[in-house]
Amino acid sequence: MFDFYFEIPLVIRLILQGLAVIMVIFPIAGACSMAERKVAAWIQDRPGPNRAVVPWVAWIPFFGKFLQRLGVFHVMADGGKMLFKEDSLPGHVNKFYFVLAPIVAMIPALTTVVAVPFGAYFDGAGKLIPLGLAPFDIGMLAVFAVSSLGVYSAILAGWASNSKYPFLGSVRASAQLISYELSMTLAVLPVFLWVNAPGTEGTMGFARVVEFQSQSGFLGGMWFGFLMPISAFIFLVALFAETNRQPFDTVESESDLVGSFHTEYGAFKWGLFFVAEYSHMIVGSGVFMLLFGGGWNPLPWVSLATAVDFLGTFLPFAHAPLFVGILSIAIFMGKVLAMIFFFMWVRWTLPRFRYDQVMKIGWQKLLPLSIANLLFYAIAIALIQK
Amino acid sequence: MAQFLFLLFAIFTVLCAVGVVVNKNAVNASICLILCLVGVAGLFVQLDAYLLAFVLLLVYAGAVAALFLFIVMLLDVQGKETFGLRGIRTIAGFVAFALLLAGIGSVALKGQIVSSPPVSVAGGAQLKLYAYQLFTTYLLPVQIIGFLLLISMLGVIVLSKKHEITEDAP
Repeated sequence: MFDFYFEIPLVIRLILQGLAVIMVIFPIAGACSMAERKVAAWIQDRPGPNRAVVPWVAWIPFFGKFLQRLGVFHVMADGGKMLFKEDSLPGHVNKFYFVLAPIVAMIPALTTVVAVPFGAYFDGAGKLIPLGLAPFDIGMLAVFAVSSLGVYSAILAGWASNSKYPFLGSVRASAQLISYELSMTLAVLPVFLWVNAPGTEGTMGFARVVEFQSQSGFLGGMWFGFLMPISAFIFLVALFAETNRQPFDTVESESDLVGSFHTEYGAFKWGLFFVAEYSHMIVGSGVFMLLFGGGWNPLPWVSLATAVDFLGTFLPFAHAPLFVGILSIAIFMGKVLAMIFFFMWVRWTLPRFRYDQVMKIGWQKLLPLSIANLLFYAIAIALIQK
Repeated sequence: MAQFLFLLFAIFTVLCAVGVVVNKNAVNASICLILCLVGVAGLFVQLDAYLLAFVLLLVYAGAVAALFLFIVMLLDVQGKETFGLRGIRTIAGFVAFALLLAGIGSVALKGQIVSSPPVSVAGGAQLKLYAYQLFTTYLLPVQIIGFLLLISMLGVIVLSKKHEITEDAP
């Protein structure tokens, strides 16, 4: 059915696949900004954005009103505003780097997706094939490496803006990013120690991690979030810090820094920073779910294979690769979106840390904890897998 | 296609490297350095050395160069001092150039590249190979470099810490 697709040259095919993934991530990142406002409204017990509506949708009796109340049209209104607003360039900035910074922000945010598998299907022999742009064996390293380049957008934006508050914001942002990268890296090491059992072929890829979480038995089916709760916790906290989310958003604390490194930005350039931040959140949530949340397995101790077998009892097409692929992507996306909701939930639950507290938590609490955690699991895994 | 990409990345890397040296603005020079590192990582990818490529990005482009850029911006370094070829610099420059020429010449004339590259293994197995080599054959160099880093870290702590004479000590 899809033979014609495989006759296209490989390079063009890869570009098409990459574009397809970007075309999913980009609107989700946009919709997240809307969800952020709506979730904030729910938590604060107010209606939230509920006015914008396209006239011919408003004519639909019940459904139109529902969509209006849900605020879905505000996304379009916001996007339109960002596109058509005058894109002013302040006179005191370094123009080249000022324009470059939002572009640099987008590159790592969208490139990290390459190494993240987002679904899987079973081939004829019942072997699990992960769906992803590049089936790297060093997936985790690739994500860390490329996302570490994100710090440049903050540095460049703050410096090129040539004014005090953005520069302070960028100093904070880069210090925070570099500090929390350490504990984040140390937190995932136990997972890969466990996954690279003796006798197996070494890998840093995500597919193997998910495979390990979908084995049978009590220990085999356990998600790593339960097996290594401290690792998961450290990773989560570091993820909040890396994405500059509350309670770690001292970077753009409105009360003392106006905005952050993007204080001087407006219109679509500002929008790019925003989309980059949400893309970071999406990819980060995806990585968290792959490492600690079972990836595309629907429930703990219920792997995708089991679920498909169960569905197969009353759905004739349940074993078709296309169906399994779509099902696994849906499960994974559902988890990622739940995770993003969690991000927003935390935002309205925990107050912002002071900057010195952020540094203290990073270096004096999280880092020793992650080293102790690594030592503990290294010894435990060595004893178990002897 | 692969040949073309390799050439593209090679030219890009060399141009950026030249940019690092030639640029008078320290910020531009650091950006060129970062681009150069990214280019080298691209070359490693072309050579199927994925691990090296990403470690290079992670350590050098992601952390070390970020600190360079950061310090350049914090201190607001302006490359006003034009570097001329005078005195000892000229001699050092010529010596370095001669050494470089000798290196390239020796590779070009006498060096031989083993025509068949090591058996291409899957990326994962390669990863294990790296780790195995690091913990067996190259254990001593790794340990020595680790100690060097420790020493430099201690040095930084000693130098940057303000020594206050505590007079009210009991």
